[in-house]
Amino acid sequence: MKLPVMLALLAATPAMAQDKPVLTVYAGESITSEWGPGPKIEEGFEAFCNCDLRFVTGDELSRVLMEGERTEADIVFGLNTDVTARARASGLFAPHGQDTSGLSLPVEWTDDIFLPYNWGETAFVYDETRLQNPPASFAELLEAPDDLKIVIQDPRSSVSGLALLLWVKSVYGDQAPDAWAKLAPKVLTVTKGWSESYGMFTEGEADMVLSYTTSPAYHIEAEGDATKKAAIFPEGHYLMAEVAAQLRTTDQPELAQAFMDWILTPEFQATIPLANWSLPAKLPQDDWPQVMRDLPRPEKTLFYSETEAEALRQPALDEWLRAFSG
Amino acid sequence: MAAGLFRLTRAEAGGAIAAGGLALLILGTLAAVAWVAQGLSGLGPWDWRAVRFTLWQAALSATLSALLAVPVARALARRRFPGRAALVTLLGAPFILPVIVAIMGLIAVFGRNGAVNDALRLAGLPEVSIYGWQGVILAHVFFNLPLSVRLILQGWQAIPAERFRLAASLGFGPRDVARHLERPMLRAVLPGVWLAVFLVCLTSFTVALALGGGPRATTVELAIYQAFRFDFDLGRAASLGLIQIGLCLAAMALARWIAIPAAFGAGLDADHMPAAPGGWHRISDALVITGAAGVLIWPMAAVIARGLPQIPDLPPEVWQAAGRSVVMALISALLALALSLTLALSLARGRMRWVETAGMLPLIASPLVLGTGLFILLRGWFLPQTLALPVTVAINAVMALPFGLRALIPAARTLHRDYGRLADSLDLHGLARLRYLILPRLARPLGFAGGLAAALAMGDLGVITLFASDRPTLPLQLFQLMNSYRMDDASACAVLLMAISFGLFWIFDRGGRLA
Repeated sequence: MKLPVMLALLAATPAMAQDKPVLTVYAGESITSEWGPGPKIEEGFEAFCNCDLRFVTGDELSRVLMEGERTEADIVFGLNTDVTARARASGLFAPHGQDTSGLSLPVEWTDDIFLPYNWGETAFVYDETRLQNPPASFAELLEAPDDLKIVIQDPRSSVSGLALLLWVKSVYGDQAPDAWAKLAPKVLTVTKGWSESYGMFTEGEADMVLSYTTSPAYHIEAEGDATKKAAIFPEGHYLMAEVAAQLRTTDQPELAQAFMDWILTPEFQATIPLANWSLPAKLPQDDWPQVMRDLPRPEKTLFYSETEAEALRQPALDEWLRAFSG
Repeated sequence: MAAGLFRLTRAEAGGAIAAGGLALLILGTLAAVAWVAQGLSGLGPWDWRAVRFTLWQAALSATLSALLAVPVARALARRRFPGRAALVTLLGAPFILPVIVAIMGLIAVFGRNGAVNDALRLAGLPEVSIYGWQGVILAHVFFNLPLSVRLILQGWQAIPAERFRLAASLGFGPRDVARHLERPMLRAVLPGVWLAVFLVCLTSFTVALALGGGPRATTVELAIYQAFRFDFDLGRAASLGLIQIGLCLAAMALARWIAIPAAFGAGLDADHMPAAPGGWHRISDALVITGAAGVLIWPMAAVIARGLPQIPDLPPEVWQAAGRSVVMALISALLALALSLTLALSLARGRMRWVETAGMLPLIASPLVLGTGLFILLRGWFLPQTLALPVTVAINAVMALPFGLRALIPAARTLHRDYGRLADSLDLHGLARLRYLILPRLARPLGFAGGLAAALAMGDLGVITLFASDRPTLPLQLFQLMNSYRMDDASACAVLLMAISFGLFWIFDRGGRLA
């Protein structure tokens, strides 16, 4: 048996960059994957930092929280807005030192620790060849016949599922349980993550899928398919942004700061839309790719502050569970 | 020396060490999570609902899979037809499909716009819905019926041909054969089969959620996931993990209480076929085989039809990941074989029941608890990312162990009972015994177990996201493709993954049957 050879193959680590300082960036699977923004970010930063940017893939926040002050992470990249409260409470992160007044986000952003680099809104996406008369508002969706089938994600296992909870809460407030009671019969199923839902939708199993306002851009740009649309509701859409932060305990403070300084530059921001299929956090609309500029935009963007969202999370989840378990 | 102190044979000592290591791994990681959480936390009402649903669906799925498998296994045991060998191998396929691929296949057949509902609509009949508890059960039966059939079929094949010949010469009808040969065999085999399926379904998560139609289909594993990700409550995760292990132990006790070992004695190994009754039995057997084959193969055919045309367009990274995954799967399979053979041989001597319990534990170990616990235990000594691939290989080997054991234990017991004393009297020990007695006699279950282990390792999504590496495995790549909207590439990747998993399974299984 060639076991030693196979083990050696497995253990072989990527060639170490000689003597260059290493910036360790914890990031999620969707960022570091071949088809995410990770490779471009690495290339772009290494072009001027005289360093080696090393992504460590995985469940970045759980890992940092468990490692505590001993973490080797210098940067945590790609946290969702729903976990910033818990990340902040750990006291592990340091201010980003950026001016956030000129962001192209539809909401005011004053956080001095977590710096957004992209954003989008939750939306129900449909295929116009299969759904000729999509609901024109959230109210119409609730009143739609029950044979209109949607797939959503579970708020307990998915960030977009949690965003839907907060979306319904921000539109319907105390009436949220009634809204869920009307929505529940239309929910074909609830999946663990976004990809299962989206797969079911593209295979024609559901009429609408909980996704993002920016999802149609992928189909237009990469597939030349303009039939996928996001239904834009006048009640507003819930914001989802991804953020980065530097660790207080970093052993590369200058590199980490240089990385944070780079995030809002036009060079970095220009890579976001077509690599991440989301909108850039700081880039004039005229500099967006055509496909993003052409997307219909909601008039209203809804967003809870981190403290509000944290307080609403559990009660909103209980309402949701009750609506489906009746 | 352990062997001297406890008066254990070498085989038993090896088994005890392997089993002790397993128990330490499963319980130690759980303890590590509880330790970081500084204790266990209490459970809420939704958690208890999840426990109830989990138990109910697992019991129903296991009962249905085991009962439906009996006629299929009997028909396959007593009929010979062209393509039978291929069909028996193909029956291994659903079990080793990556979950998401299987869900897509089932939806293509039984979904709202699937073939079944299209046909019902054409016929003017009401549609059926796959979403709800019925979908969860259907998916679990789809996954586990083939495994059950294979295990029961092995039971049939383990009845020596001489007994069937004797039955024929005594003029036994099908009913007498059932009473004197088949039912005792089933009584010995079925509880173990039921247990294996029950335990597999106990940790079901993605399937239960995707086809369950909503939070009514919440399982304990989802509650654990929620405790980790949504609440960051490690104490609750550990409590739930403990409940899963408790359920496992209770189920094992029940299965052991019901099972009675059959004793048919040894026979010659002439390739035999149980007497096949004619008449309507012929027709019913044909129907059973066609029905099972159809239900199992159709969804896989749907997946292949969708993805096959896209395979030439797959990006090169996918092929690299495929190569990496194959190497990992092979090492996992060898590890799993070595471990399960050690355990099975020691169990065959029948004095250490706890070894069997330890061998089944990996089935219900929550991947999340296991991964997090390992991370906590290893982080002080190693860089987690350098461990990513070796840990994945080791975990996959451990996870495949219970299935290997299910196939090996009955065969090893029979071997020990029928040939143990003879081998002892010939002073056949150590490597010689392994080479001349054990490996030849256990070739079939070993091939099956190795194939399962390789295929399961191939399809595993990498239970340990905390150790994740920048060199993705093929299943991870499939997930990444889906996550970046590339559903066409993902469907091609799924076909590739299915083909490789099945190929690995086929090579091992076939090798075992030819040996």
